[in-house]
Amino acid sequence: MARMVPVVLKNLFSRPATRRYPFETRAPFPGARGRLTWNAAACDFCGDCQRLCPAACLEVRRETKEIVHDPFHCIYCHLCAEGCWQGAITVENVYFKPDYCKAAHTYTPAIQP
Amino acid sequence: MARTVVPFGPQHPVLPEPVQLTLTCEDDRVVEVAPVIGYCHRGIEKGAERNGIHQNVFLVERICGICSFIHAQCYCQALEELTGTVPPPRARYLRVVWAELSRIHSHLLWLGLFADGIGFESVFMQLWRIREKVLDLLEATSGQRVIVSTCVIGGVRRDIDAAMARQIIDKMQELREDFDAVVPALAHDYTVKVRTVGKGILSGEQALLLGAVGPTLRGSGIAQDMRLLPYNYTYAELGFEPDTEPDGDSYSRMMVRVKETYTSIDLVTRALQMMPEGDIRVPVEYPPAGEVVMRVEQPRGELFYYVKGNGSPHLERLKVRTPTFANIPTLLVMLPGASLADVPVITLSIDPCISCTER
Repeated sequence: MARMVPVVLKNLFSRPATRRYPFETRAPFPGARGRLTWNAAACDFCGDCQRLCPAACLEVRRETKEIVHDPFHCIYCHLCAEGCWQGAITVENVYFKPDYCKAAHTYTPAIQP
Repeated sequence: MARTVVPFGPQHPVLPEPVQLTLTCEDDRVVEVAPVIGYCHRGIEKGAERNGIHQNVFLVERICGICSFIHAQCYCQALEELTGTVPPPRARYLRVVWAELSRIHSHLLWLGLFADGIGFESVFMQLWRIREKVLDLLEATSGQRVIVSTCVIGGVRRDIDAAMARQIIDKMQELREDFDAVVPALAHDYTVKVRTVGKGILSGEQALLLGAVGPTLRGSGIAQDMRLLPYNYTYAELGFEPDTEPDGDSYSRMMVRVKETYTSIDLVTRALQMMPEGDIRVPVEYPPAGEVVMRVEQPRGELFYYVKGNGSPHLERLKVRTPTFANIPTLLVMLPGASLADVPVITLSIDPCISCTER
């Protein structure tokens, strides 16, 4: 046990390794793969994002001009954002927060949720 | 003497994942072992036949939470072989960086769990605190902590710039110093030695006969490592040598993983220093036809992928054999003769990853 003494002493005089979450949060890293939003006004409804999605959490409805994204099925791989020719998908480095209701988000050119 | 059958698992405090060992005991000596698996089968191989080929990268990453990147790397290397794609040199080095970071965090996780299995909780806490630094590096470079999703067929999706490379090299130095401070508590401690030295002995011949892989095999003195294979030649360029220990007991297997953590820290540093400039991704010609076998080294041992394409956008067959599946039979040699109290530590010493095994 004597071998742990230096580590113990270091720990005594250093700050805790944990945070008082959720009161204290760490700033996200610049490249963190977080929340996704669609700018339906810039979208041409080609459906590339839907075809690329490994989790099948996207549905692009060309007739009604709607994009349905289920954030609870999404794995946040960001393939859709990389593959979008129109640049209509915005990526952020903040994580998608937990919610009370597992509802999908619908984006249309007129209404943005 | 009367025999007692003790079901060890599938729910047991030392087992992070469900596997059952049906132990037949005489007093507190184990005489027979029968492993039972099949508690967390998810049908990933079948799912891979229905998904698109590029989408499978993200599916196979989810076979294992700890070595997710190495699963993706193995799948991508197999598809590259099948489509005749040569990934750019920079991508190969970046893959080594992420693979070795995964190995470091897997080994730190296991060493922590092993210490916890012995009852050495403070070492467990210290090791997991060190591991957090690796997870932060993974998030800073790839965007996510565990499922890094940076590997794609034909290369990688993200680059590491010079500033980030410098930061990783500095962190690796810091990590080495932190690890140096904790390792003596694990390697030279009297209690740890009493619980591990001479326990669960597996000789080199038996290990080869039973098809053991990875640190379980290298802990028995056999220097077999998939990182030495010709198509994993980036490791040869980095001057990689496998680590072994001669004794074949639980202590040897633990020390192999300690040594490998140091080796991986060196490999990450060297890969970042020697990384060539250039592209990180090349286009791939789909759809593939034919079959291929790919083997890479996971933290737990050899990972085996068999991929068969038939010229359609979906694979005809994907077969995954994970290292724990090869290592479970060694328990049949290690456990008989052991005391019932030593069973958890010996079982942990093969680093069982059951979700991997059952896919």
